[in-house]
Amino acid sequence: MTDFPALRLVPKADGPQSAKDFKTDQEVRWCPGCGDYAILAAVQSFMPELGIRRENTVFVSGIGCSSRFPYYMNTYGMHSIHGRAPAIATGLAASRPDLSVWVVTGDGDALSIGGNHLIHALRRNVNLKILLFNNRIYGLTKGQYSPTSEVGKITKSTPMGSLDAPFNPLSLALGAEATFVARTIDSDRQHLQSVLRAAARHEGTALVEIYQNCNIFNDGAFEILKEPGTRDEALIRLEHGQPVLVGADRHVVRGADGELRIAPRSEGTAIVHDAHAAGPSTAFALTRLADADTLHHTPIGVLRDVDRPVYDALMAEQLTRAEQQQGRGDLAALLAGSSTWTVDA
Amino acid sequence: MTSQVDQSEAVDGPDGEGPAASARSGPGRPAKPIRRLDRVIIRFAGDSGDGMQLTGDRFTSETAAFGNDLSTLPNFPAEIRAPAGTLPGVSSFQLHFADHDILTPGDAPDVLVAMNPAALKANLPDLPAGAEIIVNTDEFTKRALAKVGYAASPLEDGSLEAFRLHPVPLTALTLEALKDSGLARKDAERAKNMFALGLLSWMYHRPTHGTELFLRQKFAKKPQIAEANVTAFRAGWNFGETTEDFAVSYEVPPAKLAPGTYRNISGNLALSYGLVAAGERSGLPVFLGSYPITPASDILHELSRHKNFGVRTFQAEDEIAGIGAALGAAFGGALGVTTTSGPGVALKSETIGLAVSLELPLVIVDIQRGGPSTGLPTKTEQADLLQAMFGRNGEAPVPIVAPATPAECFTAALDAARIALTYRTPVFLLSDGYLANGSEPWKLPEVDELPDLRVEFATEPNGPDGAFRPYQRDPHTLARPWAVPGTPGLEHRIGGIEKQDGTGNISYDPANHDFMVRTRQAKVDNIVVPDVEVDDPSGEARVLVLGWGSTYGPITAAVRRVRADGGRVAQAHLRHLNPFPANLGAVLERYEKVIVPEMNLGQLALLLRAEYLVDAQSYNQVRGLPFKAAQLADVLHAALGSLDAEETR
Repeated sequence: MTDFPALRLVPKADGPQSAKDFKTDQEVRWCPGCGDYAILAAVQSFMPELGIRRENTVFVSGIGCSSRFPYYMNTYGMHSIHGRAPAIATGLAASRPDLSVWVVTGDGDALSIGGNHLIHALRRNVNLKILLFNNRIYGLTKGQYSPTSEVGKITKSTPMGSLDAPFNPLSLALGAEATFVARTIDSDRQHLQSVLRAAARHEGTALVEIYQNCNIFNDGAFEILKEPGTRDEALIRLEHGQPVLVGADRHVVRGADGELRIAPRSEGTAIVHDAHAAGPSTAFALTRLADADTLHHTPIGVLRDVDRPVYDALMAEQLTRAEQQQGRGDLAALLAGSSTWTVDA
Repeated sequence: MTSQVDQSEAVDGPDGEGPAASARSGPGRPAKPIRRLDRVIIRFAGDSGDGMQLTGDRFTSETAAFGNDLSTLPNFPAEIRAPAGTLPGVSSFQLHFADHDILTPGDAPDVLVAMNPAALKANLPDLPAGAEIIVNTDEFTKRALAKVGYAASPLEDGSLEAFRLHPVPLTALTLEALKDSGLARKDAERAKNMFALGLLSWMYHRPTHGTELFLRQKFAKKPQIAEANVTAFRAGWNFGETTEDFAVSYEVPPAKLAPGTYRNISGNLALSYGLVAAGERSGLPVFLGSYPITPASDILHELSRHKNFGVRTFQAEDEIAGIGAALGAAFGGALGVTTTSGPGVALKSETIGLAVSLELPLVIVDIQRGGPSTGLPTKTEQADLLQAMFGRNGEAPVPIVAPATPAECFTAALDAARIALTYRTPVFLLSDGYLANGSEPWKLPEVDELPDLRVEFATEPNGPDGAFRPYQRDPHTLARPWAVPGTPGLEHRIGGIEKQDGTGNISYDPANHDFMVRTRQAKVDNIVVPDVEVDDPSGEARVLVLGWGSTYGPITAAVRRVRADGGRVAQAHLRHLNPFPANLGAVLERYEKVIVPEMNLGQLALLLRAEYLVDAQSYNQVRGLPFKAAQLADVLHAALGSLDAEETR
């Protein structure tokens, strides 16, 4: 059984759980064929692996299609407001170290209206697991371009094509001092669960970008990464300690200028992926290999997984230290302060 | 009788002799006459870098220790270091102290300490004829005079003849006193505020031990600076005693306050302590999510110092995250609090709406300042009432509590927590810049007698077949159960989408929405708040003056003046703005005229008119400053006069 150091303070389940335990009685209302179904099923069947009490698990979401997720998880949950889930979850995680707190968000929720909260949660390294469902479109508002849509995207709000350059969410996360950054795909349950496992093990904030197909407004956005005919050449599967290979006959090498590039196997030596590298620069360079429009050469897997003190643990430690140094607070003494006078009857 | 518990029995002067003793019968020194006063208003004014707030604070602490009743009004620019010597850069601190119960920092200073020409010019219009002015003549240079538009020195052109002027070379005297201190001139000069404080402390027989102790603690790491400040302070005292310019000193005997132990306290400190106390009395950990903003930041600073009470403070990335984190903590069973001022409330509005929908306890503290937009960050106003009342999308009622005095901020915080915890609702606590920074004596409460705020979390399923229904309400309070994560069997999901009554599941059903909107409103409408008390000693008043928040002091002082003149006026003050006290409608009906003074353009009056169809008359001021008692007394006299005139017509 996998060990989850990040869940050290979370009470253990009494017995084995199953995916069924994590399903609610609520009818799932995503569009038929939505990638969210696959993610939900993968998460529900993964959760028992954590071996923690269901009641000590909380899913917090913002607004958007993905943010309906908590309603379908038989844990504690909050469907909050647009973009604010990381902030709300921070308050919860920082005050309750006995909980496993998950944030479910989307590309609009996390990167547009909630961009500020996302980057600050990452730099603080609060014990949160953030699942960012990226479908490169606004689904719930019926099809406007999102901050991850490719330039020139024709949508209802951009009939002549969108003008703004997209975010690469993983580049952004690395720039925001994230300690855990990973990417996976809705349709690959085995890979998705392996990434969730690594995220759950990580102490601090984990950002997991999940490429998720919106079959109504942006169908096939990730087809190149899924089609048997193209995926092997388009995907770069990262494994810690393994050489970074591309398809059957290419690999990633470091050029003389220090940049990463894709070369035939006959040229140079493949870099070996080190998710635990102290510096983020190689991970960042890996995120830049993908073509922003076509997603060709998209790395998936755990790009970065490093140790840094966790915000909630540090906060708890300050409280403990204050009590050790000053003693448990005495309200009467506090109110009186150092300068009082008495009026006699 | 008063005694200082933190001080030696004798009230020592800087020279080790009691000022009273030395002034009355001190051997070896000619005694100066002492004049007895019942109250004094002093204003210290200088550049924002002159340390006037510190000087005022110290004089206040000395005065509190002496046992006078007091009330203070700090007034400072928003700029940290405004351009030196300019009118906008003037910072002042006004203190009113008395041998009796007083209510305001006073309308007009009896004494002005002006550290430079700008301070004199900015404050002169507030001085009544006969007031004493102590000026630092060293700063009245040609250049400094020209900077504020004085063609000739007002000290010499006779323009101050109506006042009792004391020209004192404060800078030179301070430098002289510190010539052996080893300090550079620039550093030595900075102690001139302590020289001024020493002089005023002599004039008014203030105990000085506390100030010396304070200076030594404040500069514990710089003993040379500490000693220099103490030396300047003592030099100021001795200067008053020896120089002939100050022929008289004044005595304001201690006030006869109700028996008990007192301390001096500002509104923001009282509010902070109220939040700590609410945590202790509820048994819940306090979680403050906040973003720095004037004039609320002091509460974040203060609470961050009390981690040994289990208080968590979180300085968020913005106002929205501040309240978001507090709400998240509340979901987890903490006493969630967010502190801000008007612009921050605007940003938090959406999350407040979410808290209304989630029905979780949350205390939202708004230290109101001048608006709109950035407005007047360091000045007071009470123009956020309607924002607190209505500033959200949809029908989103939020209870509102408003303290009337600095010390009352303590009980208001406990009361806001009580309502939040009992009714599972966000609650607004509306303080303002005047209450926040002003201070007054506070009779310490007995900790055991503070309200019991303990709550019961849900522990068992409450629905059929062992189901948990998160929106099944208490029939009396209409509060829903508070089931915190970690409780087995009560797993549930809540959100901002409309919920089905009882189950809390998403519901778009029209009848259910209508029911839920009305139920949330009914929950707030039915909150139990104390009746409003009416003060009408004659029982025959026909005019009622009704206020809320920090206008309590000046309104009450005005009412006393009117009554002293034989006028009959009733007074009531609201501490609860939503819901209003149950008896308010009946109270309003009893009076022919209702006057509502507010530091806004009539927000409470608007609510009263809408709720009770009463012809409430507004009296408004939005100058960033509190009302003056005389000003309100004129308004009340006029109201009484107009009633009489109507009768004789």
